[in-house]
Amino acid sequence: MAHQFPALTSEQKKELSEIAQRIVANGKGILAADESVGTMGNRLQRIKVENTEENRRQFREMLFTVDNSINQSIGGVILFHETLYQKDSQGKLFRNILKEKGIVVGIKLDQGGAPLAGTNKETTIQGLDGLSERCAQYKKDGADFGKWRAVLRIDNHCPSNLAIQENANALACYASICQQNGLVPIVEPEVLPDGDHDMEHCQYVTEKVLAAVYKALNDHHVYLEGTLLKPNMVTAGHACTKKYMPEQVAMATVTALHRTVPAAVPGICFLSGGMSEEDATLNLNAINLCPLPKPWKLSFSYGRALQASALAAWGGKAANKRATQEAFMKRAVANCQAAKGQYVHSGSSGAASTQSLFTASYTY
Amino acid sequence: MPHSYPALSAEQKKELSDIALRIVAPGKGILAADESVGSMAKRLSQIGVENTEENRRLYRQVLFSADDRVKKCIGGVIFFHETLYQKDDSGVPFVRTIQDKGIVVGIKVDKGVVPLAGTDGETTTQGLDGLSERCAQYKKDGADFAKWRCVLKISERTPSALAILENANVLARYASICQQNGIVPIVEPEILPDGDHDLKRCQYVTEKVLAAVYKALSDHHVYLEGTLLKPNMVTPGHACPIKYSPEEIAMATVTALRRTVPPAVPGVTFLSGGQSEEEASLNLNAINRCPLPRPWALTFSYGRALQASALNAWRGQQDNAEAATEEFIKRAEVNGLAAQGKYEGSGEDGGAAAQSLYIANHAY
Repeated sequence: MAHQFPALTSEQKKELSEIAQRIVANGKGILAADESVGTMGNRLQRIKVENTEENRRQFREMLFTVDNSINQSIGGVILFHETLYQKDSQGKLFRNILKEKGIVVGIKLDQGGAPLAGTNKETTIQGLDGLSERCAQYKKDGADFGKWRAVLRIDNHCPSNLAIQENANALACYASICQQNGLVPIVEPEVLPDGDHDMEHCQYVTEKVLAAVYKALNDHHVYLEGTLLKPNMVTAGHACTKKYMPEQVAMATVTALHRTVPAAVPGICFLSGGMSEEDATLNLNAINLCPLPKPWKLSFSYGRALQASALAAWGGKAANKRATQEAFMKRAVANCQAAKGQYVHSGSSGAASTQSLFTASYTY
Repeated sequence: MPHSYPALSAEQKKELSDIALRIVAPGKGILAADESVGSMAKRLSQIGVENTEENRRLYRQVLFSADDRVKKCIGGVIFFHETLYQKDDSGVPFVRTIQDKGIVVGIKVDKGVVPLAGTDGETTTQGLDGLSERCAQYKKDGADFAKWRCVLKISERTPSALAILENANVLARYASICQQNGIVPIVEPEILPDGDHDLKRCQYVTEKVLAAVYKALSDHHVYLEGTLLKPNMVTPGHACPIKYSPEEIAMATVTALRRTVPPAVPGVTFLSGGQSEEEASLNLNAINRCPLPRPWALTFSYGRALQASALNAWRGQQDNAEAATEEFIKRAEVNGLAAQGKYEGSGEDGGAAAQSLYIANHAY
């Protein structure tokens, strides 16, 4: 406790910190394209496309081969294991295509949830076994960051003390191992939006969860400047009857982060959860216009909120390539603007009118 | 765990947050004039003055009779219990004199350290019994903030896990009770500079201690926006043979804070420990010029570093009172500048040359 055995050298720290900053520089965010085979199955089924490896490859190819200007909005892409080794139709590795665009390649590292016995259906996350060796291999194969998603839910007696501590601890172990292998860990403690709780309750839970996460990261000697956080925004539960404006979501979210996330963390890239593409962008924009001090970059790490329109435009047909790529590019650019607080969607009057909608933070 | 029973109403939060911001308004810091009777004995014996209540009153009068020049550099004064009820020569209570200058009145509320059995000479701090009633009374008597000092030390086996945990917990209990009574708690986890450890070791320990403090504050539902932190600067031990520049001290200090102190905390008011008046000012100045982003105010809460020259000039003689007061005003103004990074030093080379002395923070 009182003695220090440095986990990382100065050079290792410098490398990690530079990677992290590159991913979130200038309003850039992350495309989360790491849907597992099962999850891709859900997505493809909705557009009536068969869930084959080739179809998954084709869709990812559409996204990764867009015009180079995508690198103004996208700083990093998270891949699923299979995708890290796939190629485009000319035989070029996806990871090289992305790197040549100046985009940092990331890899999903967790291996899904496992139940916590004695709890109200809560889970922890597996994937620590052999993680160091896997990280070393992924680093050789071109990845520079990792992602690990822990899940907490709000319900009766949830999240419990055990769920919070156990998930925070697993996240910290994963983060430490990543850094030992030159990978920047994205730390994702998602508090699910399922339920009828109000936004205030989500804020309370998010604060408790994040406080536990950062204590665990400190206990595990994780170098914060070489990490990124991927949290939920603070929102009401899906079944909550009360409606909130983006400015309220923004204030509650930034207040929660303000109270728990040390300034050393270079960037916070929100997950989109079940939000529509437009809501995810509007909320991110309001977050960046929030009058509280924001010492970290506030950006995005979106899956569905970047891909939904593109997926629908594609419909499994190669002929729809242009429409697919345009749909994706449009969302990427919109979210990059939102990450700078500059998004103006049709019908709104821009930043000036929204400023007055922010209530003072002591009411949160 | 998942249920929120709000500790404070929106009005209570606003009051606390406003008080905290007033104390650390730009260019302002705190005069720690809360020396206990025992501590005053040491100070007065050094200038050959008897430790009587009258002499302590006369000495504090020297400080509190400072003219309006202190309004722009002193945001708060910490009182000892006895002093809170003392008056100046014309019968005006000290509390009123300070308040009339627009300075916030604070009160020391801890009751000193007690040993932790089974440790290597470590301590915790007492004073929780009846604290709520005492705070309520102090609030009526004019105090709007309080201070509680915990002490940790660095040696072969310290600080131990118990010392860190116990002191963090007692600080969080004290903070919670203060806020219930409309009093802003200054949280002071001092790591003593005694020893021969180097700068890195102090930084490591400071990070561990502060992480534990903020976890405890979160666990106890303390409203961070209505608190202040009073930490040690990160420095080498007094007996360390290596000498460090103010820039190195600044970099190590700000790095440690960035990794542990949430941005919601409005201000960090450093203690001066054993530093000389000039050292304390130069270090504070370097801290405020440090190139790392700093989301909280970084200012002073100095005892000896504001009073040493004044005490020496006074020497118990009423004829010296005015000259002594001048000495105090001088240090107050210097530290007010240092809190903005505008102190040019007592004649040596100023800011420009020093900027280049900041080493990149991945070395910390």
